Amino acid sequence: MVKTPWILMCPPRFYGIEYEINPWMNRRVKSDPDKAARQWQALHDALIGLGAAVELLEPVEGLPDLVFTANAGLVYRDLFLSSRFRYGERQGETPVFDRWFAEHGFRVEHTPDGMHFEGAGDALFCGETLFAGYRFRSDARTMSWVGDRLGVEVLPLELVDPRYYHLDTCFCPIAPNAAIYFPGAFDEYGRSVLQDRIWTLIEVSAEEAFSFSCNAVVVGRSVLLNRGAPKLARELERLGFAAVPLDLTEFIKAGGSAKCLTFRLDGEDAASWRTAASAATG
Amino acid sequence: MGQAEPTGTDRESPDAGTGAVEEVEVRGHIVDSLLLPKVLDRILQMGGSFEIRECVIGTRRVDPSRAVIAVRAETPEKLDEIVGDLIEHGAWPLHAEDARVVPADVAGAFPEGFYSTTNQPTQVRVGGRWIDVLDQEMDCGLTVSGDPPTARCVAMADVPLGMPIVVGHVGVRVVPLERPRDASPFAFMSSRVSSEKPKAVSLRSVAGSIRATRQAGKKVLLVGGPAIVHTGSAGHVARLIREGWIQLLFAGNALATHDIEQAFYNTSLGVDLEKGEALEHGHEHHLRAINTIRRLGGIRQAVESGRLTSGIMYECIRSGVDYVLAGSIRDDGPLPDVITDTLAAQRAMRAAIKDVGFALLIASALHGIATGNLLPASVQVVCVDINPATVTKLADRGTFQTIGMVTDVEPFLRSLAAELAGP
Repeated sequence: MVKTPWILMCPPRFYGIEYEINPWMNRRVKSDPDKAARQWQALHDALIGLGAAVELLEPVEGLPDLVFTANAGLVYRDLFLSSRFRYGERQGETPVFDRWFAEHGFRVEHTPDGMHFEGAGDALFCGETLFAGYRFRSDARTMSWVGDRLGVEVLPLELVDPRYYHLDTCFCPIAPNAAIYFPGAFDEYGRSVLQDRIWTLIEVSAEEAFSFSCNAVVVGRSVLLNRGAPKLARELERLGFAAVPLDLTEFIKAGGSAKCLTFRLDGEDAASWRTAASAATG
Repeated sequence: MGQAEPTGTDRESPDAGTGAVEEVEVRGHIVDSLLLPKVLDRILQMGGSFEIRECVIGTRRVDPSRAVIAVRAETPEKLDEIVGDLIEHGAWPLHAEDARVVPADVAGAFPEGFYSTTNQPTQVRVGGRWIDVLDQEMDCGLTVSGDPPTARCVAMADVPLGMPIVVGHVGVRVVPLERPRDASPFAFMSSRVSSEKPKAVSLRSVAGSIRATRQAGKKVLLVGGPAIVHTGSAGHVARLIREGWIQLLFAGNALATHDIEQAFYNTSLGVDLEKGEALEHGHEHHLRAINTIRRLGGIRQAVESGRLTSGIMYECIRSGVDYVLAGSIRDDGPLPDVITDTLAAQRAMRAAIKDVGFALLIASALHGIATGNLLPASVQVVCVDINPATVTKLADRGTFQTIGMVTDVEPFLRSLAAELAGP
């Protein structure tokens, strides 16, 4: 029996562009609160429709980016490794996330002082390996610490384009041996590592990457992503995945899309440890 | 865990002996993530150079690996720039402690707990930076002074009161000598001392090293014992000096004395060098030779007055080859050029070896070992002696870079002079 996908989301009640901490954010380009709420709800409903159990985190005024739950931290079995945000603007989210995870049965731990780490925004399992983005938000050294703490192999990859400041904006594992990625967000070393280590690696064009199509949520064989990536959708279908396009334009104004709005509590489908855990308990 | 230490040493410029150095650690899955090659590439791209000091590779996929890399740059500012960049890629500076430096509390002695040097390249950490030790010499202390700071070896007897001396081992490290990448001319000498090696090959290697040293603009040092003269080899050495293959001579009273005896009487210790027979009253010859030189004031005066007209010492004066003659307790005379104060002789030898790139130690245990004590390990030393124990003694006293050739001196020098005279 397959475990029910378990996802954490935070309604966008206090969401807005209140500061600028990535190239997408521009305080003069406001998001439309009603439209944002509708788009968020459509994603939420699509996940429920795919059989996921969605938990809701109570929004907090003054923490507009709390909607991007993907950056809460990293889950590995029952351990929640809480994020240590680079920017002060987001550091207030940490106690909120920590409380929620503690209340929901996770052991909450932190990276050492000064070691920046932005959770599932920059650390994604594909198979048994944790692929980790560094430079803009998380530190390469922190990723090595995370590998030691979890006892897993971590491959830090440098992010070289500030528009793709988190790994989950340019790389998305869809299965333990498959992922989509935008090559332009990595340097030669990073591209080599991905090509060498991931059996099926789908390239996303610059144009489609720009519409945040790599920031996708995978539930089983469904891939939920922002509308505007027909080529990627065809590629996914060819591999037996169904692309589910959604309008998430209001969130892209803050530099986030489908993946950023969700946190997979039971481990991503592409993470081998989740599959192994389901097999053991199923 | 697979342990490989020390592993592949790599350098942009192998003779990089200047500049600022900082050690950084890179750990994690640095091989599969290509972080290690990337970090090394970046160092070179930014104009620095590196040595991998330590590298332990994890054996299972989940095992992290670890490398310690010494990063070197021309200036501290450049180094800061490089290290700052490497930190972005997860490298971390290994902030070692500075060396502890205390003023000498007794003149002519080190403070208690002083750091005792080796002949290998050494670095001292001062003000958060590793700096290279100058005048590397074994069995000395380390003094640090100046701004920017410099460090150098200092002999015990040369310590004035208050000189800053390094104590303890913290903040001092020995940098192992790099094995030459190109096959060394002595690569065939798998054992360091042997009588069972093809002499012609050894000889060509010595000749090749002498040529290479001269081409590199460095000096060739000859340290010789009186057996050179006794065996009838003085002419070969004179020829090597005359033809410009030797720039510095270390010897004792005996070599110079018997060389001059030969020039005056054609005997060595009273033995006729052509007939091989002891001459009547021949044992007086070397005393008469010494006496003549003392009456003239010295070897230079003897050459300039036309009294001394051949031999090793004559060629030294003629060719402007520096020599240091160090005295000993059993010396007759001695010749006026002989330095009888042992410490003064050591200082003169120390001052003279600065540009030496190759040292040939022939038939001299005493002066050979004294010279070995002074030379940094980077100077190739070849010791030629009929007695294997001489070479062993040298190595046992720390001059481990010595290559020994067990052979009779005369045929060796005759062949060497002929080899070097060739096209």
